Amino acid sequence: MKVLVPVKRVVDYNVKIRVKADNTGVDLANVKMSMNPFDEISVEEAIRLKEAGKATEVVVVSIGPAQAAETIRTALAMGADRGILIKTDEEVQPLAVAKLLKGVVDEEQPGLVIVGKQAIDDDSNQTGQMLSALLGWGQATFASKVVIGDGSAEVTREVDGGLETLSLKLPAIVTSDLRLNEPRYASLPNIMKAKKKPLAEKAPADYGVDIAPRLKTLKVEEPPKRSAGIKVPDVATLVEKLKTEAGVL
Amino acid sequence: MAIDPETRAQFIETLDRFVRERLRPAEARVAEEDAVPAEILAEMRDLGLYGLSIPEEYGGLGLAMSDEIEVMFTFCKTSPAFRSAFGTNVGIGAQGLIIDGTEDQKAKYLPKLATGELTSSFCLTEPDAGSDAASLKTSARRDGDAYVLNGTKRYITNAPTAGLFTVMARTDAANRGAGGISAFVVEAGTPGIRIGKPEKKMGQQGAKIADVIFEDARVPAENLIGGVEGKGFKTAMKVLDRGRLHISSVCVGVALRLLEDSIAYATDRKQFGQRIADFQLVQAMLADCRTEIYAAQCMVRDAAARFDAGETVSTDAACCKYFASEMVGRVADRAVQIFGGAGYVADYGIERFYRDVRIFRIYEGTSQIQQMVIARSLTR
Ligand SMILES: Cc1cc2nc3c(=O)[nH]c(=O)nc-3n(C[C@H](O)[C@H](O)[C@H](O)COP(=O)(O)OP(=O)(O)OC[C@H]3O[C@@H](n4cnc5c(N)ncnc54)[C@H](O)[C@@H]3O)c2cc1C
Repeated sequence: MKVLVPVKRVVDYNVKIRVKADNTGVDLANVKMSMNPFDEISVEEAIRLKEAGKATEVVVVSIGPAQAAETIRTALAMGADRGILIKTDEEVQPLAVAKLLKGVVDEEQPGLVIVGKQAIDDDSNQTGQMLSALLGWGQATFASKVVIGDGSAEVTREVDGGLETLSLKLPAIVTSDLRLNEPRYASLPNIMKAKKKPLAEKAPADYGVDIAPRLKTLKVEEPPKRSAGIKVPDVATLVEKLKTEAGVL
Repeated sequence: MAIDPETRAQFIETLDRFVRERLRPAEARVAEEDAVPAEILAEMRDLGLYGLSIPEEYGGLGLAMSDEIEVMFTFCKTSPAFRSAFGTNVGIGAQGLIIDGTEDQKAKYLPKLATGELTSSFCLTEPDAGSDAASLKTSARRDGDAYVLNGTKRYITNAPTAGLFTVMARTDAANRGAGGISAFVVEAGTPGIRIGKPEKKMGQQGAKIADVIFEDARVPAENLIGGVEGKGFKTAMKVLDRGRLHISSVCVGVALRLLEDSIAYATDRKQFGQRIADFQLVQAMLADCRTEIYAAQCMVRDAAARFDAGETVSTDAACCKYFASEMVGRVADRAVQIFGGAGYVADYGIERFYRDVRIFRIYEGTSQIQQMVIARSLTR
């Protein structure tokens, strides 16, 4: 079984982001970029499936600028087998991403697609679900455990009330949550080996997808500054203030 | 081999994350338990750190010195005890073999050192031979197809975990000087070898040193490094030339960390209604740290590049080790000062670094020995 893992290049999770002065977006100048953490988890899961003999090949795909090739190289250094870069400098929204991924799926015919549950830049949480609809495949979102059976997958999901376990027919879409696994660090020998792994370059047009944005960003703003809190002398005062001032009780 | 800039950048970024996510959170625990946790040792093995300097044909990464120092600048932004775990395989424990070993010796041991399956130690110092290493007394007497080793080696890094020792011993009892010394690779399981109790140290808890005692230990003659007697002291000095550049880069890494912590503290801590970083006297300390770190970094980069180009850099390596180790001492001292009382209190980790870095001015040649080496080359 082939496993397909989409990976996105995003602002590193350690970076304190700044909003551009004209409120059109986030300032990306000289900002450290890395692989979306949820995608890293997806790559790790796919590699573990391969190591366990459940998968035969791990293919990673990234949609983005030329530098997204670095993100693919990171996945290859972790242990993925080959990469596909769909190169574009345009903004690609979740629907367009899902359509492009459908194109890749049609070509590659994977048995499983593991998608991050969301990318930490836009937090859309839509791509996996849209891809599932476009393909007519089953989906299990927010996975914290994936067990591959014979032609099926058992997926444990993190839901509000606790854990839910689904059984899906393969091929299927799984979106990974934080607790699915702890991704490995790429070793230097593997980073060196990754340089020799194949990385194909494509364009959105190769898949016949119109990636023009369907949604328009009106304004991006910093969250309101939190004002300083106050200290209360005792529990009684706290409850009183929660009732009268905060109005939450 | 030099790696391409892209590969190096990717590896350094991975290490930067590894240090931030895995090592820093474990620093206090390592000091407390006086041990690097097994899972971290395993991760360091997986990352390829044990084989950084071992040639590719023996399963290592064969990094050029210029690459190795850049790797260490980043890796050492944490407790130096982590580096010590694999440091001997990169440096002093393995280099004797790499530089002067025979083909058979290299093929037999280097692959296991590269993966970290074997840890190595460098046994030069003795109870009565420290700075004056050439006066060492451990003897290696030829007996048939073996050498019989007798003597005590002192303060040997990683001795309790080592599977392999590079041992300098006197093969020519009549020659009391450097020319009577030979170097051997000795397997830890050899009968007649005892390891002393690990010493209680000022700092770098988690890194172990102990005596290695040889009592009629029979070492096969084929384990004489290079197969020729009397070259052991030269081998040791070549190992130390390279080792001094390595240690210098370690000093720079730790200093970078101390500066980072100092900046974070100074921009957060408020007194007299403002950040302490806004006081010029505190700014001067930060500026002095940055300046000296940069100077050491430039020195190490220059010497490493010339080492890679095949130049003899003994004097410059001594300059680097002398300056970088004294520099990190000053940086640690200023860090304590910038942190104030918190710098003296264990929870903040600064006093731990202050103790950790003190050794850099002592081992692999004290500052005084470096000064001697430098001056001797000037007045020869
Ligand atoms: C944590 C740690 C790890 C170590 N790891 C190893 C290891 O792995 N392998 C190994 O072989 N050794 C190791 N050592 C030993 C270390 O290299 C020696 O301690 C060091 O070389 C100094 O020798 P010494 O302790 O005998 O001091 P001494 O040589 O007795 O020096 C004492 C003082 O006298 C000064 N002095 C000595 N000679 C002169 C001179 N000619 N001119 C001016 N001043 C002089 C010194 O600079 C120093 O200030 C380690 C030591 C420690 C503490």
